[in-house]
Amino acid sequence: MADSTHMDVSYIAHLARIHLADGEAELFQGQLDQVLTYVEQLGELDVSNVEPTAHAMALVNVLREDTPRTSLDHDAVIANAPAARDGQILVPKIME
Amino acid sequence: MAGLNTKTISELSDLLEQGKCTSVQIVNDVLAAIDAHDGKIGAYLTIDRAAALAQAEAADKARAAGKKGALLGIPLAIKDLLNVKGQPCTCSSKIIEGYVAPYDATAIAKLREAGAVFLGRVNMDEFAMGSSTESSAFKKTRNPWNTDHVPGGSSGGSAASVAADEAIAALGSDTGGSIRQPAAFCGCVGLKPTYGMISRYGLTAFASSLDQIGPITKTVRDAAILLTAMAGKDPMDSTTVDLPVPDYSKDLTDDHSLKGMQLGLPKEYFVEGMDPEVETAVRNAIEHCKKLGAKIVDISLPHSKYAIAVYYIIATAEASANLARFDGIRYGLRKDGADPIELYGKTRAAGFGPEVKRRIILGTYVLSSGYYDAYYLRAQKVRTLIHNDFRAASAHCDAILAPVTPTPAYKIGEKTSDPLKMYLDDILTTPVNLAGICGLSVPCGFSKAGLPIGLQILGDSFMEPSILKVGHAYEQTTEWHRQKPKF
Repeated sequence: MADSTHMDVSYIAHLARIHLADGEAELFQGQLDQVLTYVEQLGELDVSNVEPTAHAMALVNVLREDTPRTSLDHDAVIANAPAARDGQILVPKIME
Repeated sequence: MAGLNTKTISELSDLLEQGKCTSVQIVNDVLAAIDAHDGKIGAYLTIDRAAALAQAEAADKARAAGKKGALLGIPLAIKDLLNVKGQPCTCSSKIIEGYVAPYDATAIAKLREAGAVFLGRVNMDEFAMGSSTESSAFKKTRNPWNTDHVPGGSSGGSAASVAADEAIAALGSDTGGSIRQPAAFCGCVGLKPTYGMISRYGLTAFASSLDQIGPITKTVRDAAILLTAMAGKDPMDSTTVDLPVPDYSKDLTDDHSLKGMQLGLPKEYFVEGMDPEVETAVRNAIEHCKKLGAKIVDISLPHSKYAIAVYYIIATAEASANLARFDGIRYGLRKDGADPIELYGKTRAAGFGPEVKRRIILGTYVLSSGYYDAYYLRAQKVRTLIHNDFRAASAHCDAILAPVTPTPAYKIGEKTSDPLKMYLDDILTTPVNLAGICGLSVPCGFSKAGLPIGLQILGDSFMEPSILKVGHAYEQTTEWHRQKPKF
């Protein structure tokens, strides 16, 4: 298992793109350290010769014919956007 | 005819067929029950009265014109995680409050085709993360049997609406027990079908390798009817299996004999700390199945005790990836920031509740560089061992009997401050999702305090006919499912 059951919650929250308030980071720190200590029990098992299961069913690649079909209703999609202009979703500037 | 809302799908379908009631009458009775009780229960987030009555009228017209079908004109409650075109789909989260679904989930499209009526949206744990419906951003749902207690989760609104006769049946989703556990807590029938039986297209993803849509109903027969309507291969979900869909209700006959069936009893499922009333009720149910002719065999599922640890690594890892789409750009909430990174961070901070944040952070951590092998890969390997346990057990039994939960429904607020304690309550349901097999919860008793207790019936992949047969035989020869809460 991992060397430490202590994660840097503030750093991981940044990776997950969630701004945590000070009190929240401390609260989660304690709770998640407890969860990580609990999952340490998986270290008891020898799994060196076990194949991992990513999915309960065998997955196969699926291909379909490249034929045109109706897309979602444009107005209904735009109506859900937090900001829109001229029938397009308005996004913040990412380059100067 | 009053009280149509208290009836089952199959009873109503007979009445409709015989011309003894109309779908509009059923919907009106259900809406009246919602008006009378939902102030206390809080199952619904939104009710779409006008649309429901219009669908009911259309169903009545279609029937008059010769259309038939068990679901034609039957009103259903839908968990707020499934897209119903034109209705809100908030997943009980502020991050997509105000979102209106621009399309039908495949399961919904199939039910719509069958003539079902969609009443509205029922409450749930935010993004299906929780076991009590207390993590909803919008409201508390209460257990109809005792309003001081939780209805379970995450499909708590679905189960409460059915138990309170505020819907004829409901749809939920089960990622780690979220159909079976609330069904047990509310005295309903809950079916988690085999992974891949029902398309997940249009179900807001939590943990894609575990999620499965399923029904919460008043009887096993009703669960079979809804499964039959929703199952099948879907080009929109490549994980659906391409198998013929039989009529699952057809074999549920009045012959309630279980002669010739071997039912496995896993010694690991009567866990330490289990409420004695739950253990007694489930052991009595096992004795009952023996009287119906089943042979009970002892089995072992030795890796079950690791299921919670595996589940919380795999489910949170998948959730951290699935919920990345809620970034304030295309839909829902947006909190502006100086740059996109700040916009994402502020939007997600304001939009997600604590349980969702906790799980995304845990999932991000177990997938992060340096920890992937130690946590995620190891969890996937232990998942294989859990799967192998079920495979070995299924070699010598037709179904497995177990409790659904270690205790009856607990009090609102009792476990919210201790996430690990709440996670451990799912110990008897999560192995089923990890293995991808099917599971059914049926009422099997009550605690002295009057709270329902559930019997869990597990089957190998695609063995729905076996678990439905056992569940139906048990249900039809006992009286538990006929009890109604008083409120």
